[in-house]
Amino acid sequence: MKWFPTVASEWALQWEYHNLYLHFWIAFFTVVIFLGVFWFAVKYRRRSEDEQPRPILGSNIAEIVWTLVPLLIAMSMFAWGAALYFEYASPPENAIEVYITGKQWMWYAQHPEGQREINELHVPVGRPIKLTMTSEDVIHSFFVPVFRLKRDVIPGRYTTIWFTATKAGRYHLFCAEYCGAQHSRMGGWVYVMEPAAYEEWLSGGAAGSMAAQGEKLFAQFGCASCHLSGQQGRCPNLTNVFGNRVELSGGATVVADATYIRESILNPAAKVVAGFQNIMPSFQGQVSEQNLLQLIAFIRSLSSAGSLGVPAGEAGGIGQRPPATPARVDRRTQGRPRQP
Amino acid sequence: MSTVPVAPPPPPRTAAPVNYLSVSHSVRSWLLTADHKRIAILFLVSISFFFVLGGFAATLVRLELVTPRGDLLSDDGYNKAFTAHGIVMIFFFLIPSIPATLGNFLLPIMIGARDLAFPKVNLLSWYIFMIGGVIALSAMFLGGVDTGWTFYTPYSSTYSNQWVSLTVIGLFLAGFSSILTGLNFIVTVHTMRAPGMTWHRLPLFVWAAYATSLIQVLATPVVAITLLLVAVERTLRIGFFDPALGGDPVLFQHLFWFYSHPAVYIMILPGMGVINELVTCFSRKRIFGYEAIAAAHVALAVLGFFVWGHHMFVSGQSIYAGMVFSILTFAVAIPSAIKVFNWTATMFRGSISYDTPMLYTFGFIGLFTIGGLTGLPLASLGADVHFSDTYFVVAHFHYIMVGGMVLAYLGGLHFWWPKMTGRLYPEGWAKFAALVVFVGFNLTFFPQFLLGYLGMPRRYHAYPEEFQVLHVLSSAGASILAVGFIIPVVYFLWSLRSGPPAPANPWGAKGLEWEATASPPVTENFADTPVVTEPAYNYASEREPEIV
Repeated sequence: MKWFPTVASEWALQWEYHNLYLHFWIAFFTVVIFLGVFWFAVKYRRRSEDEQPRPILGSNIAEIVWTLVPLLIAMSMFAWGAALYFEYASPPENAIEVYITGKQWMWYAQHPEGQREINELHVPVGRPIKLTMTSEDVIHSFFVPVFRLKRDVIPGRYTTIWFTATKAGRYHLFCAEYCGAQHSRMGGWVYVMEPAAYEEWLSGGAAGSMAAQGEKLFAQFGCASCHLSGQQGRCPNLTNVFGNRVELSGGATVVADATYIRESILNPAAKVVAGFQNIMPSFQGQVSEQNLLQLIAFIRSLSSAGSLGVPAGEAGGIGQRPPATPARVDRRTQGRPRQP
Repeated sequence: MSTVPVAPPPPPRTAAPVNYLSVSHSVRSWLLTADHKRIAILFLVSISFFFVLGGFAATLVRLELVTPRGDLLSDDGYNKAFTAHGIVMIFFFLIPSIPATLGNFLLPIMIGARDLAFPKVNLLSWYIFMIGGVIALSAMFLGGVDTGWTFYTPYSSTYSNQWVSLTVIGLFLAGFSSILTGLNFIVTVHTMRAPGMTWHRLPLFVWAAYATSLIQVLATPVVAITLLLVAVERTLRIGFFDPALGGDPVLFQHLFWFYSHPAVYIMILPGMGVINELVTCFSRKRIFGYEAIAAAHVALAVLGFFVWGHHMFVSGQSIYAGMVFSILTFAVAIPSAIKVFNWTATMFRGSISYDTPMLYTFGFIGLFTIGGLTGLPLASLGADVHFSDTYFVVAHFHYIMVGGMVLAYLGGLHFWWPKMTGRLYPEGWAKFAALVVFVGFNLTFFPQFLLGYLGMPRRYHAYPEEFQVLHVLSSAGASILAVGFIIPVVYFLWSLRSGPPAPANPWGAKGLEWEATASPPVTENFADTPVVTEPAYNYASEREPEIV
């Protein structure tokens, strides 16, 4: 029986400090109230049946003090919690990206290099990892207690989560949002590996990178006949689209991120590019979420813009591997104490 | 509260006094009654029945969790058990508990009225409640429902193949009972106060009931229509929430929590109202900071409407929306803190007796304090990322709902039992039961805080072995808690026939229900309309009050 859960990410350590602060005040006020009630109950116990204690109507000073002091403490809690949350919602740009699909009752992961896993996730120590997640069916929630991290995985949209693991080991992965009969079995393991072991694992046989698999799908679904051939005029050419602004018919513009590409495949009429008619059929129900991620990875590989231009906190580019820079030079993690 | 009769007192009666219970004994007289006191008893019997059902479902859950493997129930059976526990306890016990029983019984008497403003609507409220309850229960007995009481989409609207539509129709109907009761209370407090019963003299129980009623009237329609949309999406496949049909699954969460967070205050505010009455009576003191507490009751009701998003910090809502909901959630902690401080200060220099209702008051203040404070890590955007959807949340809201509301309900039931039934309960057994409840409760739910911190997700049928020790402790505590709930049932039933007759005011308490009517009260509460001449809780009235 462990009383303190393992701390295995940089964020988890920050979380622990914050939680300690919160629980210091919880303990403090609990003790104050318990001692107050206990002390008064003993000291002012009824000694004879005809006692008539002098009425006290109240105290404005006391009301002000016990309104303002807790309010100030609560605001300090809010500020720290919000700062932590901003970090949680802001993945660094040099993060290794992994793509997660939740499905009753399994977790699928795919690495940009093409490796696929079920109910397992392999990541290296010391590098920021960004997960881009979606669901094939109902809402799930990706929860790794040793990282103190969780985020709901929602059908029809991409959510992200990121962490820098600090301690090699095998850790629980849970689904935290109730998702049906076998909710409690929808879990697995996160393997945090030393970088060398991770590189070795990563080189183990995959059937081509995500982008390459996406390229095959692109041909298989007949996308290539319009979107890459010379028939300009009927369909927008997808070279250098990802990560850039796209002008829509009607005058609005949108950044061509993963969410936009996904929507354009499933519901082409939603946002039509300026100068084109919507003649594309919908692929709703024909492409799995995993295949969509591969298609997006391929479209991203056609663009030099990468994930630039994608707002922080949103699901950004799909399927590219950033240069292998160590976590310490990342601006967000610079100078952060590393978990021993 | 001393009263001045407007007319000369009636001539002394020679026959045995007729009260609301003895006026007629036929079943028909109960089922067609418009007397708020009898309707309160109808609700009391009904919600006690639902409490037993919800408790049975909880028993199944706790038995299953003794072992990590998930071997007692099937996974489906377990999911149906915790769903039944949540639905029954929240919609058919906690929400009606104090308002529909103690509130129905006491609110008119406390303000010096002969009944609620709309007595027949009050009876209608009970019938609607029962019809909704029977429909929801029939869904459970036909096969059950496995969505959790939260009905998150698209699981509930597309994927669950259980009795979701029938259940939500039952809840839709039960919601109208809540709305009608709230409406009745609001109109009654505005229009039927006795002469001299100004807003500043209202017992704080009435303030709490009034604030609760505002929430019931304003928020319940939202959940009613939301649940109906789930049923429509299931049956007609019109897309509101399922993205495959063009809907938004998170929209459901916004609509659901827009009701269900204020509903938390429907559940706890009346309990706070009860504590005001108990802490003053058994400290024999004026309440400390009457205006502050009254304002805090209303502030909770108002602020409670603007914090629903704290249920969705990890659900993909924008970080800026998250910040607004987080800061408002921290703000809503303050009125609760003010009340706890004022109750504690009321005991200062008092004359404190340890009668059973006061033991429940001690328990309430302590457990509500822990329950309230452990809401702070859930209000913090950062801390909630880990705690959300773990047992920490389960422990937190059970400290509020059971440690707070159920203890206040039991305290209030003991306090007003002599008034409602005309009988005294055995004090020794009652004190013993209060102690058993306190010990059993803490043993049940404190380990769940630790489970949540260690990362145990909620709604898990099977779990990793390292969590077993804490789960076994929790289940052991639950069995003690069950004993603590059974003992009062036995002695309350015993007291109905064999308890010593209660005098009109056994506690020496202030308030019209104690000072202006008999135990049990007569059919229309008062022989003559009372006139109120003094503030609430005017204990030790001959001594000069001080302001410290």
